[in-house]
Amino acid sequence: MEICIYGRGGQGGVTLAELVTHAAISEGKHAQSMPSFGPERRGAPVLAFLRVSEAERIKVRAEIEEPDVLVVLDPGLLGVGDVVSRLKKDGIAVVNTKKKMTEIRSDIGVNKLATVDAMGIARDVLGLAIVNTTMIGALVKAAGIVKLESLEEPMEERFGKVATKNIAAMRKAFEETVMS
Amino acid sequence: MKKERVVGLEGSFAVAEAVRMANADVIAAYPITPQTHIVERLSEMVADGDLDAEFICVESEHTAMSACVGASAAGGRVFTCTAGQGLELMHEVLYIPSSMRLPVVEVIANRALSAPLTVWCDHSDMMAVRDIGWIQMLAENNQQAFDLTLCAYRIAEDSEVLFPVMVHIDGFYLSHVIEDMNLPEDEEVAGFIPEYEHPFTLDPDKPVSMGCYGPPFIYPETKKAQEVAFENTISKIIETWKAFGDRFGRHYAPVEKYRMEDAKIALLTMGSCSETAMLAIDELRAKGEDVGLIRLRLWRPFPFKELREAVKDVEVLVVLDRCISFGMGGPVCSEVKSALYGLQKRPYVVGFIAGLGGRDILIEGFEYMIRSALEKVKAIERGEEIEMEMIGIRDGEGE
Repeated sequence: MEICIYGRGGQGGVTLAELVTHAAISEGKHAQSMPSFGPERRGAPVLAFLRVSEAERIKVRAEIEEPDVLVVLDPGLLGVGDVVSRLKKDGIAVVNTKKKMTEIRSDIGVNKLATVDAMGIARDVLGLAIVNTTMIGALVKAAGIVKLESLEEPMEERFGKVATKNIAAMRKAFEETVMS
Repeated sequence: MKKERVVGLEGSFAVAEAVRMANADVIAAYPITPQTHIVERLSEMVADGDLDAEFICVESEHTAMSACVGASAAGGRVFTCTAGQGLELMHEVLYIPSSMRLPVVEVIANRALSAPLTVWCDHSDMMAVRDIGWIQMLAENNQQAFDLTLCAYRIAEDSEVLFPVMVHIDGFYLSHVIEDMNLPEDEEVAGFIPEYEHPFTLDPDKPVSMGCYGPPFIYPETKKAQEVAFENTISKIIETWKAFGDRFGRHYAPVEKYRMEDAKIALLTMGSCSETAMLAIDELRAKGEDVGLIRLRLWRPFPFKELREAVKDVEVLVVLDRCISFGMGGPVCSEVKSALYGLQKRPYVVGFIAGLGGRDILIEGFEYMIRSALEKVKAIERGEEIEMEMIGIRDGEGE
């Protein structure tokens, strides 16, 4: 399964990909996370890439051209570039948005859609406007690539004390994600 | 049996783990993208007390290598790493440890060279240091980055080798990718790398001179001795890789083959694109084509014998270069051609240049190279001259 994470520099898209990679590997799967290479540019649209495979070692080393899943961290990016149009026909877009499913559907021409107000959850639970860990909950709900529990250890390793809040935000997003 | 666990590790961290397990004494490095994570991780390890080493924060790569030369001459196990422009700035000093037989170990996160300003991967930095007299090898994935860095110490410090070793890991493609790999337990590795003792170190109680003047009456003899000793390292490199394979179950060779049984057409690659190339070979094999893949694991000393053996039944050899030698073409292709020139029966060699400055090489790219090479061979047989081709280049028409 090939997943693109579309966010802005500084939003933590690369970290999201890395955490899910560690979770998948801890479940005995093969996984690969790959940033869109280059100097970091805060605020600029940035892609991160994630591949998960049950059985076979991941050999391809290139950016993902047509993802199965597209995670959009910033709804303002939906109209930027051709990223959304590269989603596979039967692929699913997982979008952080306050808008209702019906409203956003007209903004984005994809068949399968999952939405969650990750920004609202992140502000409530973390007290921060950073949605990457929250959006993992939505990704797991929509694509089921790993178990939620598998994220706990990678988050604890990464965030130390504040892991608890991030795990709570992730779980809340898992509950609240709506799918078409 | 070996004790290992499966971990998700970035290529840079895999290298740092190998250096930690090898118990390096001195690290001197200057951070540069995309090598930065290796330096950061090692400095953390030293600061946290996980690695008992002297970490020298230097002001340039030139000084990094100079410090490594000094520390190695004093008998220390040393490490440095750099990339692209950093390797260029280090260039002058690189000849010193190879000529003075100092077993410095260095990892390069391969990066293209400016201008235009680039931080992305290609092999221009590697090709610019072809002739420095270092043993040079390439990793294709994070597992190999770890394994080869570990092996580098045992090879370099072997009393019959005593040459510096450079391990190339493609910048970003390995340095910034996290993937699953096997990490052995520390005690397994400790047994693999013997205690290091250089036969002639700088020692106030037993003074020696190093790097003396070499006037014309002696300089050529030193170079002949260096070349003979350097060529002889291949057997020791193979021996170390065999010992590693026996212990850890992962086997390396100077030239590695993939699906080469009965292959009439072979693709030759180096570095991180090789596993993507395997997928292309799988697809072509599924269509019934007689193709296989050859990868140069060892770049210096050049594995003449092993390459000739690998291509002995091949009719067309397709060589990929991730570097351009201006006015001349692909440096790997030209070396491969010269390695095969003396043979009575040799394949047609067709070179392509791709993947410059971080441009991805996709499965279709490899398939194109193989198809296009077969067309070019027909042209050669018609007596036409063929030109080196850079693939995937926009020509300005229709853009």
